[in-house]
Amino acid sequence: MSYLDVLILACPETIVALAALVVLALDLAVFRRRPWATRMRFGALAVTIGCLAALSWLWGTIPVRPLLHSDDVLVLNSLTHLIKIVVLLLTILTAWISIESQFTDHVGEYFALLLFGTLGMMFLVSTENLLMIFVALELLSLCLYTMTAFNKQNVRSAEAALKYFLFGGMSAAFLLFGFSLVYGLTGEITLGRIGRALNPSTLQPFNPSTLPDPLLIVALIMVMAGFGFKVAAVPFHLWAPDAYQGAPTPTAAFIASGSKVASFFILAKLLVAGFAGAGGAAAWRGFTQGWMPLVAILAALSIAVGNVAAIAQSSVRRLLAYSAIAHAGYALVGVLAFGSPTPSASTLQPFNPSTHHGFTALIYYVVTYACTALGAFGVVAIVEGSGSTVQRFNDSTVGPPDDLRAFAGLGKRAPLLSFCMLIFILSLAGIPPLAGFFGKFYLFAAALSSGKDLALLWLVVFAIAMTAVSLYYYLQVLKQIYVAPPPRLDDSTTQRFNDSTTQQPFNPSTLQPITPSWPAQASVVILAAAVVILGLAPNLLVGRVLGMVDASRLFLR
Amino acid sequence: MNDFPEITVMTLLPVLGAIFIAGIDDERSPWPRRIGLGFSVLALLMAVCIWVRFDPANPELQFVEDHEWIPSMGVKYFVGIDGLGLLMAGLTALVIPFALLTTGRDVERPRAFYSLMLLLQAGLFGAFTALNFVHWFVFWELSLVPAYFLIKLWGGPNRTAAATQFFLYTLVGSVTMLLGFMAIFLSTGSFDFIALAEKARGVRDGLGAYFEVKLGWYELSSRSLAMLIFLGVFLGFAVKVPLFPFHTWLPSAYAEAPSSVTMVLTGVMSKMGVYGLLRILMPLFPEQMRWGLDLLLWLAVATIVFSAFAAFSQNDLKRVMAYSSINHLGYCLLGIFAAVKWTQNEPGWVSEKAAALNGVLLQMFNHGITAAALFCFIAFIERRAGRRGLEDFGGLRKVAPVFCGLMGISMFASLGLPGLNGFVGEFLIFKGAFALASWAAALSTVGLLVTAIFLLTVMQRVFHGPLNANWGGFADLTLRERSVAAPAILLMFVIGIYPQWLLDIANPAVMQLIAHLAN
Repeated sequence: MSYLDVLILACPETIVALAALVVLALDLAVFRRRPWATRMRFGALAVTIGCLAALSWLWGTIPVRPLLHSDDVLVLNSLTHLIKIVVLLLTILTAWISIESQFTDHVGEYFALLLFGTLGMMFLVSTENLLMIFVALELLSLCLYTMTAFNKQNVRSAEAALKYFLFGGMSAAFLLFGFSLVYGLTGEITLGRIGRALNPSTLQPFNPSTLPDPLLIVALIMVMAGFGFKVAAVPFHLWAPDAYQGAPTPTAAFIASGSKVASFFILAKLLVAGFAGAGGAAAWRGFTQGWMPLVAILAALSIAVGNVAAIAQSSVRRLLAYSAIAHAGYALVGVLAFGSPTPSASTLQPFNPSTHHGFTALIYYVVTYACTALGAFGVVAIVEGSGSTVQRFNDSTVGPPDDLRAFAGLGKRAPLLSFCMLIFILSLAGIPPLAGFFGKFYLFAAALSSGKDLALLWLVVFAIAMTAVSLYYYLQVLKQIYVAPPPRLDDSTTQRFNDSTTQQPFNPSTLQPITPSWPAQASVVILAAAVVILGLAPNLLVGRVLGMVDASRLFLR
Repeated sequence: MNDFPEITVMTLLPVLGAIFIAGIDDERSPWPRRIGLGFSVLALLMAVCIWVRFDPANPELQFVEDHEWIPSMGVKYFVGIDGLGLLMAGLTALVIPFALLTTGRDVERPRAFYSLMLLLQAGLFGAFTALNFVHWFVFWELSLVPAYFLIKLWGGPNRTAAATQFFLYTLVGSVTMLLGFMAIFLSTGSFDFIALAEKARGVRDGLGAYFEVKLGWYELSSRSLAMLIFLGVFLGFAVKVPLFPFHTWLPSAYAEAPSSVTMVLTGVMSKMGVYGLLRILMPLFPEQMRWGLDLLLWLAVATIVFSAFAAFSQNDLKRVMAYSSINHLGYCLLGIFAAVKWTQNEPGWVSEKAAALNGVLLQMFNHGITAAALFCFIAFIERRAGRRGLEDFGGLRKVAPVFCGLMGISMFASLGLPGLNGFVGEFLIFKGAFALASWAAALSTVGLLVTAIFLLTVMQRVFHGPLNANWGGFADLTLRERSVAAPAILLMFVIGIYPQWLLDIANPAVMQLIAHLAN
């Protein structure tokens, strides 16, 4: 295969990389001296154009049969195309939301990093090669670290970035170590061949008494630790609340949306295709060695810690971070549903419980979650942007600008935004008919139908119970928006404000109606509409993905 | 099958109204109220259309709409109406405009209030007409959200706690129900109530056989597995009805909610639980209900008796009526559980069961009207006096004879005076229940007695006795208020004197249910 062929296969990625360079050059050469708002808008416009170009290429070239590059460095099928399209759309909307937040003067660099991060995700989605997975993941992570640190005026941003980076570096080391062990065990670096090499039924007559190779266990734990960090699963979640709180809001939105989609997609593929023979079982009191019990424990812990810790949060961003941890737990249940061996004898029409449903449910879940989280962060960004006077005195007087109280009376200040936030929050809580409800419903149904003897029932019961708990803190946000009276900063607060700043007196602009810029508002409204539409007509996505999962190569080997 | 989607239109009309109201700019404009009333009356007209065109002789579902929704999950958009659904949809269509008319013109944030009320109506219509679990569950949950906000935003002093308790209790029930239905779906591959009822019909274990083949959970026998799934689904309805001991959310929710919302809560939402028992549990799990029948009957008796005594000891008119509401729904539970009892398939038994279930359906409809009327009168008192303690009043009859007369009629209807609507339903329930479960029926009569005592006590304290000096200027009902209450009072008399027109609609549905119960 010549380089030209590779370039054609990777054309969307190339377009995105070029767009990143163009953004950087344009901002440096042309817009440097323009006002900040203009630069932001042009940056977002350039990102939109680049992503749309890549998107239209993807749209036009959806492969009927999987296309491969040697050693599975690139594996393209309709499913990877779909995920990439989703990732690109999320990037565009993230760029629009960025317009609202005032956090940096380095506009070109910011958007270039956003696009490079997207590039990392796109490669991550379309590869089945361990080395490429690692490289793509690092490309994505490095962009995210830098983007987290972008707000140089804010101490929290630097702190968050440092935490994120240190944890991330450790996890990358774990991941690489795990990969190298896998390579040492099997001599292979592509998922399919690793799966065949590890599969006990092809290597040796299956004997339940022989334990898996201890090295394999170590490798699995290392890999899960690495990915557990990426998706913020407990106990590898400690960076998430700080990063979500300290990072500039669009960065937090990006971490919560696009990067989640890509990470879960590759995690599921890695575990199910790569560790096909080392699944084990995660039934209640029936754990057997393999990756399933590991994932089950991570899922249960994430759901528990995420939901319980979120109750105590007073900062909306930290609340969303813990909610993201909980949702990562739910998505891991989907990974389990995907990986469980299917009871073949007792399948039933029309719902044929199969791994196809597990994977489809996982994809539907993470995609809708990404839309919801991005939208929620968009609203947070707009609310924070509107109270920019408060933001400047970040952690000194009235607490962080994303404090729950900052949302008090939002229902009056910005009815449309509040309504969108209502949709996002209710969807996160899983209230029908929004996407969050159907996502959970489908996910749990798939998890229950996988494996023998309702193996995952304990996890599903637990997850549903914790969903009920989660409602409490979601309602707290809605309560602030619709019930609590708008904050009236009494004289003493104003006084403290004026003390802490000599340049500008306190301006109660937080109480004014919010007038966000139209791209930010549009992206929030689009996401809210997507959440409602995907919830009302899930078949738009589910039916398509089911077909694509069938057509993808993933189950043929 | 017919061409015009009546039920969908009826369900969507309130949603449309809510959207219109949300689009009004001016917070003080009278239009939210007008549009709200207009659309609820339109929905009422639609319901009347359906009622008129409904063929009572036909026991099958009518006005069916059946479309694919999510084929990969076997989820359909499947709505239809039979006698049971028609009564409930009709009740919804009646109570919502009644509640909107009762609402004062001075309600805060009228836009939000009226659009939430209309959304609540849409959710209720959907829940009473949907026949596919997922589709039905969406509406079941959807009606919860507006109700929560209506309590939370317009309620009394303890509204936050009451709203949260209401939401969480109901939600926990919904969650277990969801789990139960997932198990049903995984073992049978269907979410369709009608298809599921057909599957359970004529099999000794009901759906138990399916569970055994498809699920088999550890060492659990299919019997206990089926029981477990039944309990999950049952809990959802038991909380909603409510059945003792899951009732603790109700008094505070009813008392804290603004009166017009309480009218909807008690008038219609409490019927969702009973409806679920009739539509879902009875056809799907008759055998499981029989296994725990004694316990269920005891719980029904406890619901009836305890709530009557609890109502007796309350000092807040709204709480009295809230417990009275639990008490009246307890009779429905008694009738249902009695009718589930296993009997030979002889005509004598069938007629007793038919009596009990017909009574249940009538009681649901009647209680909806009567309780809504009572809370409407409490709203009138509150608007005049600003309070609603039992001890605060006295001798109101002298200053407000019309008010006391009309409220007195509603109370007598509530305690089951012959000639008024409450009597017919309760009489039929007890007629059936005495034959089927005589001990439970006998014990429940204590509840009847205490209900009469506490309602008469209320009348004595509020209407009679020396006139409390504070309320010398208590204004009688205005013409507007009289005309708001008049239709409800009229219905009480009409049903009480000539219940046959409701029974004609209820009976085919009841016979269908009994056919499902028969082995």
